[in-house]
Amino acid sequence: MQELEKYSLDDTYIRPFDRDKQEIAIETKDVHVFYGDSEAIHGVSLPFERYKITALIGSSGSGKSTYLRSLNRMNDNIESARVTGKIMYRNIDINSDAVDVYEMRKHIGMVFQRPNPFAKSIYDNIAFALRRFGLKDKKKLDEIVETSLKQAALWDQVKDDLNQSGMSLSGGQAQRLCIARAIAMKPDILLLDEPASALDPISTSAVEDTLLALKDKYTIIIVTHNMQQAARISDYTAFFYSGAALEYDETRKIFTRPKIKATNDYVSGHFG
Amino acid sequence: MDPIREAMLKKSHSAKLERRGKTISLVCISLIVIVVVAIFFFVASKGLATFFQNKINLWSFLTKSVWNPSMKDAHGNPEVGALPMIVGSFGVTFLSAIIATPFAVGAGIFMTEISRKWGQKILQPVIELLVGIPSVVYGFIGLSVVVPFIRHIFGGTGFGILAGTFVLFVMILPTVTSMTVDALKAVPRHYREASLALGATRWQTIYRVVLRAAIPGILTGIVFGMARAFGEALAVQMVIGNAALLPKNLVSPASTLTSVLTSGIGNTVMGSLENNALWSLALLLLLMSLAFNLLIRWIGKKGELNK
Amino acid sequence: MNPKIADKVATTVLYIISGIIIIILASLLGYILFQGVPHISWHFLTSPAQSFEAGGGIGVQLFNSFYLLVLAMLISTPISLGAGIYLSEYAKKNWLTDAIRTSIEILSSLPSVVVGLFGFLIFVLQFKFGFSILSGALALTVFNLPLLTRNVEDSLRGVSDEQREAGLALGLSRWETVLHVVIPEALPGIITGMILGAGRVFGEAAALIYTAGQSAPALDFTNWNPANIASPLNPFRPAETLAVHIWKINSEGIQPDAVAVSAGASAVLVIAVLIFNLSARYFGNRLFKKMTAA
Repeated sequence: MQELEKYSLDDTYIRPFDRDKQEIAIETKDVHVFYGDSEAIHGVSLPFERYKITALIGSSGSGKSTYLRSLNRMNDNIESARVTGKIMYRNIDINSDAVDVYEMRKHIGMVFQRPNPFAKSIYDNIAFALRRFGLKDKKKLDEIVETSLKQAALWDQVKDDLNQSGMSLSGGQAQRLCIARAIAMKPDILLLDEPASALDPISTSAVEDTLLALKDKYTIIIVTHNMQQAARISDYTAFFYSGAALEYDETRKIFTRPKIKATNDYVSGHFG
Repeated sequence: MDPIREAMLKKSHSAKLERRGKTISLVCISLIVIVVVAIFFFVASKGLATFFQNKINLWSFLTKSVWNPSMKDAHGNPEVGALPMIVGSFGVTFLSAIIATPFAVGAGIFMTEISRKWGQKILQPVIELLVGIPSVVYGFIGLSVVVPFIRHIFGGTGFGILAGTFVLFVMILPTVTSMTVDALKAVPRHYREASLALGATRWQTIYRVVLRAAIPGILTGIVFGMARAFGEALAVQMVIGNAALLPKNLVSPASTLTSVLTSGIGNTVMGSLENNALWSLALLLLLMSLAFNLLIRWIGKKGELNK
Repeated sequence: MNPKIADKVATTVLYIISGIIIIILASLLGYILFQGVPHISWHFLTSPAQSFEAGGGIGVQLFNSFYLLVLAMLISTPISLGAGIYLSEYAKKNWLTDAIRTSIEILSSLPSVVVGLFGFLIFVLQFKFGFSILSGALALTVFNLPLLTRNVEDSLRGVSDEQREAGLALGLSRWETVLHVVIPEALPGIITGMILGAGRVFGEAAALIYTAGQSAPALDFTNWNPANIASPLNPFRPAETLAVHIWKINSEGIQPDAVAVSAGASAVLVIAVLIFNLSARYFGNRLFKKMTAA
């Protein structure tokens, strides 16, 4: 690792999408995030293709997580945070006050860095929110719990005891439970914030397999600081540096022939 | 038509619940704040009536030593001198704090520095039990044990400031002790290690380093204890003798603000001078509690600055 | 003095001080229990008090204490939950929140006799509830609210933010998340605080003398219609509690057996408070273990 070089934020390459052929699930236009007076994200405009996995990479502090959290407005919960710009989803700007943030989050789910199952049974971890939203039919709930756990590749390990506490699971299992909980809502888009960073290699590969299997039903955006992981599972990769997206392209191009120097230095391990 | 987009543009059930919940919690917190404001407003308006309606001079209220609101003195002014109660209240408060402090600090040091094990196993539960005993029980024991004991030794009735001090000492001891323990525990471990490494004995370390670092916290504990002693009503009222006279010594019957209040307020007519004068005592009590609060804040701020 | 000797002397003094404190508690408890427990009998616990003769019991006072306790907790629990939720979840960092916190702190440090006088002025006189269970319960609520609120706030803050984010990310509102995710997890702390608060309320007397009153009219324990004046459940009847009773017979009682009655009553009071404290610890620990069970 060498001295941190300063890169220009103007030297960027954002891949153009062919909007007739490639369907865009969600897209940001000039999104800025402020914490109090300081600006953490300096105007990021990225489209995300439907049913693809997009990875957001960059060193810590590059703003990739902050950006991800603005996509389903989790930053609303931080008192000093302010997000400007447009986030287009289903032809409306979900960053506007007219949009019901709770309804929106049902369709744009999120999985966090550290597994955070509720202190409830495995079954209730998944069924709880569904019940809150009015689904009372026991058979239907059973069915959703089972399919979600199957999709998250956890069913076989827990099916005998769905009443055990979600907190009693190992890290990797707990994280897959959180994925199951998120996809039980049948979201369009699944945001994952370094979902494997707290996990051992075996659990990590289990979570990666889960994500690859989910790809044909969900648009997935994943923040990771693990470049091998980004290379293994994603179709597109955006490279974040100092609060800006400097390069955005197909993953194999980012890792083989990056167009700008900062990306090249980062993926070749020269900094971060 | 995109049903999901339509749903996002409508107000969801969750949003309505959020609105309702936020309102409910705001109402609850407002209720508490309103109560606090109301307490100050009502007690103050009643207590100030003595001075504005009945035209009693504030200075003579605070400094005259004859309390007999239904009688008039030679100049035709009602005799409302609150000095005996003020002296009584401050007397029991300071004396009990002075006795309690060495015990509390000693026990605190024992629990944190000498024997954590015994401290945790025995002293901690003892302190917690002492906090839990209701004040009337302290009063009852004071009345049936402490007062006869003092009578036996010093003669007289046994009622008085000394009896009140004893009862309050035991009552505030747990408060001061547990806050002292917290203050001592908050002293970083490396302070002790550095001192011991320099060859200081355990006591030197405690005395010169640990105690000194914990002083703001200990002082806060003492002021908390004093606030509690100053405001305690029934236990004191049961043993102090309830004579609104300037105490001649520690074993002659005396009175405190709280003791006169508890025995008097039910025997006077609302709106009369006798009654208003009692509310003035209540106001004094309220202001003192505020003053203790400010003192605690001030110590806290000072302590932070010195760090 | 030689530092080594000073160290020894100081250590000895500290042992003595700690010993004295333990002896004080032991003799306090010993006195109450040895004096009081022999006086406790079924008759003592159930029969009404006597004003002029020996042989009175504490039945009515005991019932009043529990009834007041239940009412006071019923009123103060929801308010303190709401207020605690506001402080831990919704309060912004600004001067208003600081002012709110300060006022709660002031309320918690007010002498209980001042709270009682306020209750007398407002509930008894202004609202015309008279000396009654209701006035007493409201005064106890005022007395109890600041500590319960702070306990709720602290317990809620003890739950990690990741749990809140999990709920929010599913599209639940913050309110729903708090109610169904955060509160269940904070329950051990909240319940411990509630039981300790109940213990405090049970032994409180100064706030009650001029609100719930100092008389205990005979009750008809076969009449459970709250609207009836003789009914134990009637919230508008005056109700001397056990703690007030101890104060009353000691300061102006003329029963020949006043000392024995107060000893017995004190013993009952102390035992009750002990049970509250022990059960707070027991339930707190048990719930905590259950919630974090692997």
